[in-house]
Amino acid sequence: MATMYDSLDAVKAEILNCMKCGNCQEVCPIYLEEKKEGAVARGKIKLVDAVLKGDLEYTEGLAEKLALCLTCKACVKHCPCGVQVDKIILAARSALVKKKGLHPIKKAIFGTLKRPGLFNMGMKTGSMFQGLAFKKHKTLNGAYPRFPFGLDMRRIIPPLATTPLRNLLPEVIKVDKPVKKVAFFTGCTMNFIYVDAGKALVDVLKANNVEVIIPKDQHCCAMPVLAHGDSDTVKEMAKSHVDLFSKLDVDKIITACGSCGSMFQKHYLEIFEDNPEYYAKAKKIADKIMDISDFIVKEIGLDESKLGPVNMKVTYHDPCHLNRGMGVKDSPRQILKAIPGLELIEMKHADRCCGSAGSFSLTHYDLSMSIHKHKIDNIKATKADAVVTGCGACIMQLGDGMNRFNHNVPIYHTVEILAKSYAAKKKSEKSAS
Amino acid sequence: MLSQNILNELIKIVGKENVLTSKEDLITYSFDGTADVPHILPDVVVTPTTKEQIVKIVKLASQHKIPITTRGSGTNLSGGTIPVENGIVLSMLKFDKILEIDAENLVAVVQPGLVIQRLNEAVAPYGLIYPPDPGTVTTATMGGSVSECSGGLRGLKYGVTKDYVMGLEVVMANGDIIRTGGKTVKNVSGYDLTKLFTGAEGTLGIITEITVKLIPAPKYRRSMLAIFDNIENAGKAIADIIKNQVIPATLEIMDNVTIRTVENYAKIGLPTDAAAILVIEVDGSVEQVVLNEFDTVQRICKEDGATQIKIANSDKERDSIFAARRAALPALAQVKPTTVLEDATVPRSKIPDMLKALDEIAKKYNLKIGTFGHAGDGNLHPTILTDESNTEEMERVHKAVDEIFKVALELGGTLSGEHGIGMAKAKYMELQFGKEGMAVMKKIKDALDPDGIMNPGKMFGGN
Repeated sequence: MATMYDSLDAVKAEILNCMKCGNCQEVCPIYLEEKKEGAVARGKIKLVDAVLKGDLEYTEGLAEKLALCLTCKACVKHCPCGVQVDKIILAARSALVKKKGLHPIKKAIFGTLKRPGLFNMGMKTGSMFQGLAFKKHKTLNGAYPRFPFGLDMRRIIPPLATTPLRNLLPEVIKVDKPVKKVAFFTGCTMNFIYVDAGKALVDVLKANNVEVIIPKDQHCCAMPVLAHGDSDTVKEMAKSHVDLFSKLDVDKIITACGSCGSMFQKHYLEIFEDNPEYYAKAKKIADKIMDISDFIVKEIGLDESKLGPVNMKVTYHDPCHLNRGMGVKDSPRQILKAIPGLELIEMKHADRCCGSAGSFSLTHYDLSMSIHKHKIDNIKATKADAVVTGCGACIMQLGDGMNRFNHNVPIYHTVEILAKSYAAKKKSEKSAS
Repeated sequence: MLSQNILNELIKIVGKENVLTSKEDLITYSFDGTADVPHILPDVVVTPTTKEQIVKIVKLASQHKIPITTRGSGTNLSGGTIPVENGIVLSMLKFDKILEIDAENLVAVVQPGLVIQRLNEAVAPYGLIYPPDPGTVTTATMGGSVSECSGGLRGLKYGVTKDYVMGLEVVMANGDIIRTGGKTVKNVSGYDLTKLFTGAEGTLGIITEITVKLIPAPKYRRSMLAIFDNIENAGKAIADIIKNQVIPATLEIMDNVTIRTVENYAKIGLPTDAAAILVIEVDGSVEQVVLNEFDTVQRICKEDGATQIKIANSDKERDSIFAARRAALPALAQVKPTTVLEDATVPRSKIPDMLKALDEIAKKYNLKIGTFGHAGDGNLHPTILTDESNTEEMERVHKAVDEIFKVALELGGTLSGEHGIGMAKAKYMELQFGKEGMAVMKKIKDALDPDGIMNPGKMFGGN
């Protein structure tokens, strides 16, 4: 059986399931901006259907329409018929790449991602020279690009860490009498940019007596590659991860980003649907994948005696792939609500996409930002002192959006707030003794 | 195909970004929410943002006799927005402002591209609602629902769209702008053109402004679900509730096929052997009255043989009762690739007869038909579950549909309660109105749109 990435026929049933009711219009962030049928799920499904029926070729126009999807899954969740729209889009993008080839720039980038060593080195070199290319923003932890290399000049890009997370920390972090043993899949944003969040995650695991392995040879989860339809490259990257993590004897594999988690949990399985050996291995890994907040709440149990005060009013943004991809939306809130002194103020449409969708924010910057403006408006309305979320790409987008729409409050990963709370407790215990 | 000159003119009027001509874009405007109708590509999709632009577009179209199919969200179920004769699809989605909320006069003035739910959100702070409540309230536009005269779950007590449209501004086929009705409750000056354009499906002109009536939001509501083991008892309960002078806000029915499908889909604990389920809600602004009415409804259901009654004691329980009803269409739609959804409507007292007839039709043509709908106002949704690619079965489907309409008319009903005629039901119109009735409608159409450029192919069938 061919996978959905090798043959569009594999998503035929999904296409047939769409009754064209148009309910997707209510929730599609792109449609709500564009107000065009070609931007909403049922329109794109109709186009893929037209390709299958031979009424439409693999045209440049089709590619443009298929690019107009954040894969935020809002339509999937909302669809009365349960059509998995993101599957159709991803399959069609893959078919398009197989038919027409990959854009040369993407080909070069994905080629690097495929060779983790090269990518990791490139990112490290990048951090040394980034001062040349990026001008630092005054208040925000970010920089304006100095040279136009395909990025929008208005964009705030966070600085790359001088030393990536995986170089900072040992590969194995032992604790006395561990209650669990986990592997930590850092993802690119935590490894290269949000190193502090990565350190916070390890601190939180240590505080809970969990042994952590951070495999050195891990690399990009391949979500950006999948989103652009280069499924052959995804297959190679997935294989390397499946081999790497299969060797480890761990209870769970921890992620701190919904996109990385979804790749392991769902998309690697789709990719290996025609390969029983790797499917079986990938399935074992998929079953071990857990987001850090879910792991703390459901696997370890949130120990309130460990929590010290964090005096802050925060609002929580649901990352699409964490919420609708991995089904994690309660655990981060439970953690935040349990922390003394911390007030969680829900924003309107907390689960609406921030407009980032990884590289969508690079390829469609203006649209991405007009979607994002609603997010910033909703954040402003809560009057919160900080925004908390569970995904590095969202943090990046929020940082850029804050600058663009003049709202300067810090942005944290959930695990950073939890680490702060643990630290506050330790400090108060120390001063008491 | 339109000439490049005309396309250039359109670009001059609305700007390049509001004129779509690529094949990919045109394909996405070749259909709407309707199953089993042909999909037809327009020549161009034009999105105006001002009234002046609309007038210019209409004048250009009139001069060159180009068909205009006006479109809101394209969620209708009668093929009303499919561009049968190609030409221009006029998308009103960027013409979507609330122009005025006049809480003193209980009136709002809106542009047609506004999504109905946005109006409800805007008037909620005043303690008001706009009652028409079609299933697509969160996606459909005001212009679309006025043009289709849509109904919904609250029709029995609160009426339908036409009961709330007080005035309109319309661009006629020659580019003239007219205003009908107004803000006053009483208004008998001249012919009632507001009613004429409401439900005209865009065949007489293009609505550019809508004045609607608002009402105070009811403060109290009580909901329940009643289960019956035979259709006659359910039908008797419906009639008896009204006979006892209780007018529920919602009085919905689901038949056995629907119940089984919903249960199989949503697993919410519905009894799959039940013949019918009624979902009933009473509401009002005086708590005691609402409670008394609710007691009456319960008593009647018991007396008429309901085998079980489930009362919602919280908003959550209410949601789960309504979820069962809302799951009806999506659940049925999952059974087979094609879902042919009709809305033939009969006088309330004829509901049991209609349900029996539907059962017989399903057997006769060996089809799966699930029926649910607004029992309180006689508006049923027999839903045929089929497969468009199966030509032999589709022939039986079409015969069954013919028969459904015939029965509905024989029982003193109508072809369409709320979905409109569009292209899907145009051929049955003469059955209901006769040659003479159709001649009157055609005369009105010809007088107002002599070149037939306003949404051709609808209501009257092809040219």
